[in-house]
Amino acid sequence: MRCQLLAVALVLPMATWSAQPVSGYEFLDETTRAMQDDDFDNPGLVAVDRGSELFHERREAEPNACASCHGKDGVELSGPDIARYPVYDANLGGLVTLQRRINYCWEINLDRFPLTPGHSDLIALETFVRNRAKGEPVNVQTDGEMSPLIVRGEALYNTRFGQLNLACQHCHVQHQGQMLRGQKLSQGHSNGFPEYRLGKGRITSFQQRLAECFVSFRAEPFEPGAEEADLIELYVNVRGNGLPIETPAVRF
Amino acid sequence: MRPWWIDSILCAALSSIAPSGGAAPGGDGYCAWEVQDFAIDQPLCGLRGDPARGRALAADSHGGNCLACHQMPIDEEAFHGTVGPPLHGIGARYSEGQIRLRIVDEQQINPMTIMPGFYSDPAKANRMAGEYWGKTFLTAQQVEDLVTYLVSLK
Repeated sequence: MRCQLLAVALVLPMATWSAQPVSGYEFLDETTRAMQDDDFDNPGLVAVDRGSELFHERREAEPNACASCHGKDGVELSGPDIARYPVYDANLGGLVTLQRRINYCWEINLDRFPLTPGHSDLIALETFVRNRAKGEPVNVQTDGEMSPLIVRGEALYNTRFGQLNLACQHCHVQHQGQMLRGQKLSQGHSNGFPEYRLGKGRITSFQQRLAECFVSFRAEPFEPGAEEADLIELYVNVRGNGLPIETPAVRF
Repeated sequence: MRPWWIDSILCAALSSIAPSGGAAPGGDGYCAWEVQDFAIDQPLCGLRGDPARGRALAADSHGGNCLACHQMPIDEEAFHGTVGPPLHGIGARYSEGQIRLRIVDEQQINPMTIMPGFYSDPAKANRMAGEYWGKTFLTAQQVEDLVTYLVSLK
């Protein structure tokens, strides 16, 4: 009994802490913040431009481009709708990430060969689309069909993996704000994805970043597009509900 | 009266500590170890450590990389992590066997810890990347080098 009470005492402050999401932006130094805030300095804008090209591109003999339905520069896209991803869509078999929705459109409506989940063109399109919703608060559904999926995502978030035997929560809940050698541990939110990574020198999707974490603690990563990766993406978005979308954020 | 969180750690430890230790010796040179009174008193594989090698390993970001999480009296390195407790004077606070257990498998005494088990049984790891199968993060010799170095921090 005493042990149970103490376990509750340990877990309770963690739960209340994570109820106050703080963007990774707040964990950056001033130089990196300034780089993110300036549309000429932010290297992630290259991916937005590439996404824009693909969005407007009409290939030979094709009747439509993305822009045919969604408007020039995506003016017909709704920021609040983009901020709801990942969504539950029974017609598409359940959980649908923004990448998967874009790829679905690409394949079914444009009749093009689908892109693989880690394909740079797909990430560029995702960056362009999510950038349309910049400033919009993340607003992922938490009730209904979503709740059992979120429970599964949370379980994965709290599961230890790899030779270093670490769960996501060890760094991003228990030790957020602490220094890992030269880097400050953030809360690990997803509101800036796809984001430009200074250390890697490239635009990076959420699930690519997740795979990098797994590699760093010597675990076999979940492939981008795998069910587990989608579930973790869902849970992390829910954790950051309310944070403004920053795509493309600049991070280390 | 000791602080409440000490009790929680002891509770967790006592409920999991009963018969604990590494796998049987044999496979790939993994040496068995045994926890008694919150310590591993016997050196792994009966090896003897070297404190200078231990110090170098603690600072090496491709080695033990203790500095990733701990502040240590290794002043020539600029960035020291703050995830774990500082290790200055650790040899005055813990015995050699207590230090060895904390490096080998800290989860034996704190199941919630972020600290990896640097010589925990690799067969118990979940979804370990293929290239590390059957391997510990540190070799037994490296653990003994670190133990000898940390014991010297009085």
